[in-house]
Amino acid sequence: MQISVDNPDSARVFYVKDEHEHAEGGSTMLGFWLYLMSDCLLFAILFATYGVLSANYAAGPAPKDLFDLWTVALNTTMLLLSSITYGFAMLSADEGKQRSTQFWLIVTALFGLAFVGIELREFAHMIHEGATPQRSAFLSSFFALVSTHGLHVSFGIVWIVTMLVQVQLHGLIPANVRRLMCLSLFWHFLDIVWIGVFTFVYLMGMLR
Amino acid sequence: MLAQSSLLKFIFGRFSLDAFPIHEPILVGTFIVVATGGIAVFGAITYFRLWGYLWREWFTSVDHKRIGVMYIVLGVVMLLRGFADALMMRTQQALAFGSSQGFLPAHHYDQIFTAHGVIMIFFVAMPLVTGLMNYVVPLQIGARDVSFPFLNNFSFWMTVGGAVLIMMSLFVGEFARTGWLAYPPLSGIAYSPDVGMDYYIWGLQIAGIGTTLSGVNLIATIVKLRAPGMTMMRMPVFTWTALCTNVLIVASFPVLAATLALLTLDRYVGTNFFTSGLGGDPMMYVNLIWIWGHPEVYILVLPAFGVYSEIAPTFCGKRLFGYTSMVYATVCITILSYLVWLHHFFTMGSGASVNSFFGITTMIISIPTGAKIFNWLFTMYRGRIRFELPMMWLVAFMLTFSIGGMTGVMLAIPPADFVLHNSLFLVAHFHNVIIGGVVFGMFAGINYWFPKAFGFKLDEFWGKVSFWCWVIGFWFAFTPLYIMGFMGVTRRLRHFDDPSLHIWTIIAAFGAVLIFIGIAAFLVQIFVSILRRKELSDLTGDPWNGRTLEWSTSSPPPPYNFAFTPVVHDRDAWADMKEHGYVRPLEGYKPIHMPKNTGTGVILAALSVVCGFALIWYIWWLAAVSFVAVLVVAIGHTFNYHRDYYVPADEIVRTEDARTQLLASGA
Amino acid sequence: MTVMTHSSDHSTGHSDHGHSDQGAHGSRKTYLIGFWLSVLLTAIPFYLVMSGVVQNKGTTGVLLVAMAAVQIVVHMVCFLHMNSKSESGWTMMSLIFTVIVVGIVLSGSLWVMYHLNADMMLSPDMSQMP
Repeated sequence: MQISVDNPDSARVFYVKDEHEHAEGGSTMLGFWLYLMSDCLLFAILFATYGVLSANYAAGPAPKDLFDLWTVALNTTMLLLSSITYGFAMLSADEGKQRSTQFWLIVTALFGLAFVGIELREFAHMIHEGATPQRSAFLSSFFALVSTHGLHVSFGIVWIVTMLVQVQLHGLIPANVRRLMCLSLFWHFLDIVWIGVFTFVYLMGMLR
Repeated sequence: MLAQSSLLKFIFGRFSLDAFPIHEPILVGTFIVVATGGIAVFGAITYFRLWGYLWREWFTSVDHKRIGVMYIVLGVVMLLRGFADALMMRTQQALAFGSSQGFLPAHHYDQIFTAHGVIMIFFVAMPLVTGLMNYVVPLQIGARDVSFPFLNNFSFWMTVGGAVLIMMSLFVGEFARTGWLAYPPLSGIAYSPDVGMDYYIWGLQIAGIGTTLSGVNLIATIVKLRAPGMTMMRMPVFTWTALCTNVLIVASFPVLAATLALLTLDRYVGTNFFTSGLGGDPMMYVNLIWIWGHPEVYILVLPAFGVYSEIAPTFCGKRLFGYTSMVYATVCITILSYLVWLHHFFTMGSGASVNSFFGITTMIISIPTGAKIFNWLFTMYRGRIRFELPMMWLVAFMLTFSIGGMTGVMLAIPPADFVLHNSLFLVAHFHNVIIGGVVFGMFAGINYWFPKAFGFKLDEFWGKVSFWCWVIGFWFAFTPLYIMGFMGVTRRLRHFDDPSLHIWTIIAAFGAVLIFIGIAAFLVQIFVSILRRKELSDLTGDPWNGRTLEWSTSSPPPPYNFAFTPVVHDRDAWADMKEHGYVRPLEGYKPIHMPKNTGTGVILAALSVVCGFALIWYIWWLAAVSFVAVLVVAIGHTFNYHRDYYVPADEIVRTEDARTQLLASGA
Repeated sequence: MTVMTHSSDHSTGHSDHGHSDQGAHGSRKTYLIGFWLSVLLTAIPFYLVMSGVVQNKGTTGVLLVAMAAVQIVVHMVCFLHMNSKSESGWTMMSLIFTVIVVGIVLSGSLWVMYHLNADMMLSPDMSQMP
C-alpha cells in the first residue's frame, strides 16, 4: 500500500482513509528469526563453557578415549539428509502439494529420530565406560552442549508431528505454511549448530 | 512404616511441615499482615463481584495497554516487598554495633539482602520498564497492538509466576543466602543444599522466559508495525530506546538462562561446571553472569533515558535538541554494553592487560551517556519550562544520576576499584544510578502517562511530597554509604565493630525512612487522585500539550487505539499534526481486526509455577506431570486458529462519537 | 524518500508466488547445490582428522574452522535463503549483530578465562608462585 506522503504541494494527509487489510501474521517470520538469534546466544554460552572447560579432564577420559568419528560421521549424515528432505517438504508446500509435503516431513522426522537415537546410544556407551557428565568438567560441558542440541532436535521432531496433524486437519492454509517456514528456519539452524559441534567438539577434540 | 515413609518421600519430595517458619517471629508477623491484607483484598473483590470483570477485562486481555498497566501494578507491589527488605537492612545496620547484634540473625539477614537485590532488579525495575514500553510504544508508532498479543499476555504471566515463587519462599521454606547473583561455590549444592537457591533459580528462569519473549515481541512491533511515513529517524526517542532495550534483552537474557541452567545441572545432577573440584571453574560463572549482568543494567536505564527524552521537549515547549545524536548515542551504548562486563570483577585476578582493556571501554561508555545529558540540557535552554511533576523528576535525575555516573567512572579505574570493589562505595554508586536514573524515570513516566491510561492526572500535591521525600531521602540514605565505602567498609555487613561508623548508618537509616514516606506518599497520591478524578480529569487526551502520537488518542484510548491508522510526515508527529491543522475524521470508519482475549497465558504460567515448585522441593512426579501439561497446553493452543475478531464499524462510530462529544465539552 | 508501510510483505505463502519479495522460498536447484557442498565440506574435515594426512595439528585446525565457516554460509544461503532484502534488511542486521555479540562473548570469555586461570588457579608446582 503506497501513500504519497511527501507531496508538499497538497494538504498533508494525516490518516489512512482506505485501510488495506493487514496480511495476517506479517511479523511472524521476523519474530521467529529474532527468537533464533536468542537461541544462537544460548548455544554460544554452551560453546564458550566448553571452550573454557574442555581441557579439564580431571584425570578422567579425554576425547581420544571416547569419540568414535565414524559414529559422528553417521550422525552428521542423518542430520544433513534431514535438512535436504525438509527442503523438499518446503518445496512441496510452496507448490501446494499436501501429500508430498507430509511425506517429506515424515522422512525428515525419521532422519531426526535416527540422529537422536544414535546420539543416545553414544551417550549410553560413554556412561557405561564411566564417562559420565559428573566425571569431569570436560564431560559436563560436552554433555551439556551436545544434549541441548539433541533436545532441540527432539523438540523439532515433536513440532514436525504437530505440523503433520495440523496440515492433515486444515491443509496448506497460510497459517500452516507460515508455521512450516518457521520450522524450516529452526531445523536448518539446528544443522548449523551441529556444524559447530562436530567441528569444535569432535574433530578438534581428536586433534588434541 | 518404611514403605509408608518412602511413599511420603515420593509424594512430597523434601517438602515437609518443617518448611513453614513458625519459629521465626518476624516471618510469622509478616505472614499475619500479608494474610490479613490478602484476605481483605480477595474479600473485597469477591464482595463486589469483580472476579468475572478482572478475568475478562484484565487477566485474559491481550491488549498491550491492559498488560502494560498490570506490569506496573506488579512492579509497585513488589517495590513494597523489596523496600521492606531495605528498611530491615538499614535498621539492622543502624543498630548492630559492638555488643548489640541487632535484630536479624545472619541466616535471615543474608536472605534479606539477596531478596532485596533479586526483587528490585527482576520484579520491580524490569516490570516497570516493560510495562511502560508495552503501554506506550504501540501508541507512539501508530499501531493497534504489539506484533504478538498473546505472547505479550503470556510474558506478563510468566513474570508474575517468577514473582509468585520468590514471594512464596518467604513463607514456605526460605530464600537464597548468596547475594543477588548467587556466585558458586557458595550457590552450589555443597554450600547451599537447601531450597532457597532453587527458589532463586526457578523464579528467575520462569520470569526470564517471559522477558526474552517480550523482547522479541517489541522488536518485531517496532520494526514491522510503524505507521506509514514513520521512518526509523522519525520515531520518538522513547521508541528508539525501547528498540535498543529489547535488542539488549534478546541478546542477553539467553546468557542468564544458560548460565543458571549450568548451575542447576551442578546442583541437581552433580556436574562440574562451577565446582571447586573435578575441573570445575567457579570464575567462569562470574564471567558469564556478568556478560548478562552488564547489558541488564542498560536494559533498565535506556527506557528511563527515553522517558526523559519525551518529557524534556514536552515541558520545555520545543523540539528535542540533537535527535540524531540521541539515536546514535543510544545505539552506541547498546553495542558498547557488551564490551565492559569485566569491570564487575577487576579484583578476581585477570591481570593488567585484561583489566586495562575493560577499564578503558568502561570509561568510553560514559561518553554517549554524557552526550545525552547535554542534549537534555540544551533542550531546556531557552525553552518555556513548565515545572510539572515529570519535569521535576527530570531535573532531579540529571543532578542525581550525573553524580552516580561519575562515581562509576571512578570505579572504572582498576587500581581504584581494587580498593572500592564490594565496598559500600560500590553499593552507593549503583543505587545512585539505578534510583537516580531508573526509579526517577519510572516516576516521571508514570506521572506523565497516567492521564493517558486513566483519563485523569495524578494529584500534584502528593506527587510533590513523594518527589521531595524520594530525592532528599535518597541523598540522606546513600551519601553516608559513599563516605563509609571510601573508608573501606565492606558491603553486606550485618554487624559493625567500629563505633565511629555508627553516625553514618543512623543517617542512612533516616534517609531510608524519608524514602519510605516518599513511597507512602506515592500510594496516597494514587488513592487521592482516584478520589479527585473528576477535578483532575483530562477530556482532550492531550493534557500536557504533547508532541507524539499517543497524545492524539482519547484518554484512555479505545481498545483499537486508532480508528484510522495515522500517516506521519515528521518527527514529533502529533506536534506536526497540530501545527498543520489536523482535523479529526468523523466518518468513514471501517471494521477493525483485533485479537481475542485468552486464558492460556494464565494457565501456562500457573503450570510453570507448579513445575518450579515441584523442582524446588524435589517432587519429581509433579515436576514431570506439570512439565508435560505445559507442553500439552502450549501445543494445544496452537490448534486454535481463530484467535481474532472484527470490531464492527458501528461500535467504532459509537466510541468515536462519544469522544467527539467529550472534546466538545472540554473545549 | 522511501515510505515505511507496514503491510509491504504479502508473505502469505501463496503457492503461485514462487520466488517472492522475502526470498523465503528456494528452488530445488539451490537446495541440492547446498546439500552437495555441505557433504563435501563435511567429508573433507572428517577425512583430514581421521587420516591425519596433514601433519601439523595447527594447520588442520585452521582448515577445519575455515570449512565449518564456509559450510555455515552455504547453509545460510541455500537452506535459510539468507539475503539482505529479507524483512527490509532487518534479518541480516540482526544476524550481524548476533554474530558480533557471539564473537565478543566467545573470544572475550576465552581471553578472560585464560588469564584468570593462569593467574589464579593452583598449579602442582607451587614454586611458581611469586
